[in-house]
Amino acid sequence: MIAFADLLERLAFTPARNGKLRLLVDFFGARSDPERGYALAALTGDLELRSVTPSLLRGLVAERADETLFALSYDFVGDLAETIALIWPEPDDPVSPPLPDLVEELQTTGKAALPGVIAARLDQMVQSERYAYLKLATGGMRVGVSARLARSALAQYGDLQVTEIEELWHGLEPPYTVLFAWAEGGEKPVNAARAPFRPVMLSTPIDLDDLRALPPDDYAAEWKWDGIRVQAVSDQGERRLYSRTGEDISRAFPDLIDAMAFEGALDGELLVKRGDRVAPFGDLQKRLNRKTAPKSLLASHPAFLRIYDIMVEDGQDLRELPFTKRHDRLSAMVSALDPLRFDLSPRLDFATWDDLAALRADPPDQVIEGVMIKRRDSPYLAGRIRGHWYKWKRDPMRIDAVLMNAQRGHGKRSGYYSDFGFGVWDGDTLVPVGKAYFGFTDEELVELDRFVRQNTTDRFGPVRAVKPDLVLEIAFEGLNRSKRHKSGVAMRFPRIARIRRDKPAAEADRIETLREMLPDPVDPA
Amino acid sequence: MRFEDVLHPTPQGLYSPPGDFWIDPVVPVPRALITHGHADHARAGHGAVLATRQTLDIMALRYGEGFTDTRQEAGAEPVDIGGVTVRFVPAGHVLGSAQIVLDHGGKRFVVSGDYCRHPNPACAPFEPVPCDVFVTEATFALPVFKHPDPAEEIARLMQSLAAFPDRAHLVGAYALGKAQRVIALIREAGWDKPIYIHGALQKLCDYHADQGIALGELRAATSDKTDKKAYAGQIVIAPPSAFNAPWARRFPDPLIGFASGWMQIRNRAKARGVELPLILSDHVDWPDLTRTIEELDPEETWITHGREDALMRWCEMTGRKGRPLRLVGYEDEVPE
Repeated sequence: MIAFADLLERLAFTPARNGKLRLLVDFFGARSDPERGYALAALTGDLELRSVTPSLLRGLVAERADETLFALSYDFVGDLAETIALIWPEPDDPVSPPLPDLVEELQTTGKAALPGVIAARLDQMVQSERYAYLKLATGGMRVGVSARLARSALAQYGDLQVTEIEELWHGLEPPYTVLFAWAEGGEKPVNAARAPFRPVMLSTPIDLDDLRALPPDDYAAEWKWDGIRVQAVSDQGERRLYSRTGEDISRAFPDLIDAMAFEGALDGELLVKRGDRVAPFGDLQKRLNRKTAPKSLLASHPAFLRIYDIMVEDGQDLRELPFTKRHDRLSAMVSALDPLRFDLSPRLDFATWDDLAALRADPPDQVIEGVMIKRRDSPYLAGRIRGHWYKWKRDPMRIDAVLMNAQRGHGKRSGYYSDFGFGVWDGDTLVPVGKAYFGFTDEELVELDRFVRQNTTDRFGPVRAVKPDLVLEIAFEGLNRSKRHKSGVAMRFPRIARIRRDKPAAEADRIETLREMLPDPVDPA
Repeated sequence: MRFEDVLHPTPQGLYSPPGDFWIDPVVPVPRALITHGHADHARAGHGAVLATRQTLDIMALRYGEGFTDTRQEAGAEPVDIGGVTVRFVPAGHVLGSAQIVLDHGGKRFVVSGDYCRHPNPACAPFEPVPCDVFVTEATFALPVFKHPDPAEEIARLMQSLAAFPDRAHLVGAYALGKAQRVIALIREAGWDKPIYIHGALQKLCDYHADQGIALGELRAATSDKTDKKAYAGQIVIAPPSAFNAPWARRFPDPLIGFASGWMQIRNRAKARGVELPLILSDHVDWPDLTRTIEELDPEETWITHGREDALMRWCEMTGRKGRPLRLVGYEDEVPE
C-alpha cells in the first residue's frame, strides 16, 4: 500500500501532464500484478467497491477522537478523508497491507462488517496510507489524473497506441493482468465483450486557402454540430453509448439506449433536441457526468443522436469501405429508427469551395460550429490521420474585455503571472466574464506579466487585482447561460487573441454585447 | 499573590509589573525581553533589550546596530529585575531562541516564545523547566499536526533530485532558522555539492556558519547571467516570496518545494503551487505540545497565539486550567 500511497501523493502535487505520465509509467514498471492493475482501476474509476459513506467514516472517527477537536480540525483541513487520515492515532507497529488485499476485502465485506474492517485497517497503517485507503474506499482519487491519462500511461509503458487500449478496455476487468502482459510483449488480449468500443476517426483543422488545393469533387461535406461526439453500439442485446475516448456513458442516457433498435456501431453527435430544435450545448451539459438520469430531466432534456457514420452493421465490419458506401448503408438503416431519437447528418450541396464558404458563413442553426469535409473514398481510420477528414470551424466569437486580475503560473511559467481574469462593463463597473491562460506569445506573456506587476492594486493569496487599464481581445468558441457566474454567461475555450494597447479601457465591450451573443433558449416543446 | 500580579497580557505584549518589562512586545517599549529573532517577536526601537547573545546579534544584523538604545546579554546566570529572577533557557526553535523563566514570590513562570522539540542541527535543544504557569504558543495546536521525522522529509527531496536530474529544485524556507536548518539537514543526508541561496539569506547563513553550524559550500543564486543549465539538478534555497518574483525565471523548469509545518495540509500546499511539500516545522506539533504540558505539569497553561480553541478543549478534557491570552501581533508564519 505504501507504494500506491506514495504514487497518489506525487500525482497530487505534480502539475504537469508529462510529469504525471512519468510517475505512472515508473509505477507500472516497478510494481507487479495485481497491484498495478488495481491502482490503474482506482485511477480510471473502474473499481466497483461497496460505497463507503461520509457518515460511516464520521462514526468511525468519533470512537478515536474527541468530537470538538475533530470538528476544529476538519474546519481547518477542509477534507473529510484527509482529516481522518491525519487525526487517526498512529500505530505502534505499522503494517503495510498489500493494495490487492485491501481492494478485495472492500469488495467482499458485507455492509454490517464494513466499519469494523475499515477501522482495523486504519489502525495498521501510516498516515499517507490511511489517506490513500480512505480515498480508495470513498471513490474519487482527486489527484488530477483522468481515466484517459491513466490509460495513456499504460500505452506509453508498453509502447502501445492508447486507442488500442481503449478499444479493449470495456471487455476487461481489474486488475487487467492480460493488458499488462500485452504491454510487456505478450499476446494482445482478445476482446470477448459484446458491444465493444472502437477507436474513433478524428479530423484535422483546415481553412479556405488550404482547401483550394483540393478538388471539391473528391469531398463530401456536412455540418459540424456542437454536442459531444459519441459511439452507439448495439450488439446482440447489449447496448452501450461511449464518449470518443471510450468512457461508457450509457447510464446517463437511458432514453437513447432504449431507442437503439439496430444491430451495429454508429458514430454521431449527441445532442439535446426538442421537437425540431436542437438545444444549445449548455442543455446537453446538464445531462453529462451523471450516474443516472432523473425522469424529469429525461422529459425536459431529451437525448438525440445525429448520425455521421457507421462502423459495423449486423456483425459485419464496414470500416474498410469508402465513406460514400458506408453512407449508403447508413441511409437504409436510419430510416428504420425512431426519428425522435435519430437522424442522418445531411450532406451539404456544393460545387466549389466558395459555395461551401457561403454555407458556412450562414448556417441554418445556432448549434452548428462549422463544417466537416470528408474524402469520399476514405475508409474509417482510427485516430487523427491527415488527408481524410477536415474540420472547418466557424470563426470564433470575439470581444474586447478589460484585464481585472492575474494569478501566477506553474512549471515553465513559474515567476510569471500567466492566468488572466477579465471582465466587461456593466454600467460603470466591470463584471468578470472569464479566465484565459493561453493564446498569447512568449513576448506577450512578458508584457502581460510586466503590466500586472506595475499595476497591482490588491493581493488575495496568489491572485493580484490590477488597475482596469489594459484591453484584451478575447476569442472564444461559444457562450452559455450560467447561473454560477455573476455575469450570467460562461465562455467556452476563451483565449487571449490580441493585446489591444490602442484601445482605452472605457471603450471595451459591455455585458449587453455578450448577452446578445447568447443562443436563444429552446423551450421544452 | 495572584499570578496576574507578576505577569499579564497588555496590548503591547506580556507585561511584568514588578520587573517593569515586556516580553516580545509588538510595539516599542522602555524595557523588552526578547525570546528569539523572528520579526514578529523581535522588533526594533525599544529602550533596552535583554536577550541571548545570538538573538542580539541577529537583531543587529537585521535592523542595524541602533535597533535599541541599550542592550544586555542574557548569559547562563539569572539576573534580578525588580525582584523578578530572570533566566533564559534554550527553546529549540531557531538559533539563539530561548524560553524566559521568571521566579517571583515562590512562583515560577515559563514563557516559551516559539519552541520545538524535534532535534535541530541549527540550534540548541529545548530544555523542559517545570513551572507554575506555562505560557505556550499554539501555532500547530490541532491533533492533525503530527510532524514527521525531518530526515524523512529531506530524503524525499533527495529522491526527487534523483528522479528529476534536469530540474532545479527550489526549496522555500524562511530566512531565519528554517533555511539554515534545511541546509544542515541536507548536509546530514550526505549532499556535498554546493547549495545555491537567494541573496536575502546570505547574511543570516554567514552568521550561522560563524556560530559553528556546518552549512558547507553556499553559492549565491543571484546572477541571472548564469547559464540556466548550471542549475539543473541543483538545490536552491530561497524565501518563499521569491517564487512570485522574476527571480524564479532564471531556473530551468523549476520544481518548487516548500519547507513548512503547514505543508501537512494538502490544500495549503496546493494553494501555494508547491510540487514538493516538505513537512518541516520549527514549532511543536500536537503530540509534543500536549506532552510538554503534561511533563511540566503547570498549575495554569496560558496560550499566546495560534489555535487556542483546540488547546483549551484539550485542557478541559484533561482537567487542566487553561487561559487564552489572545495576544495580537504574532503571526502563524513569519512572512520574511
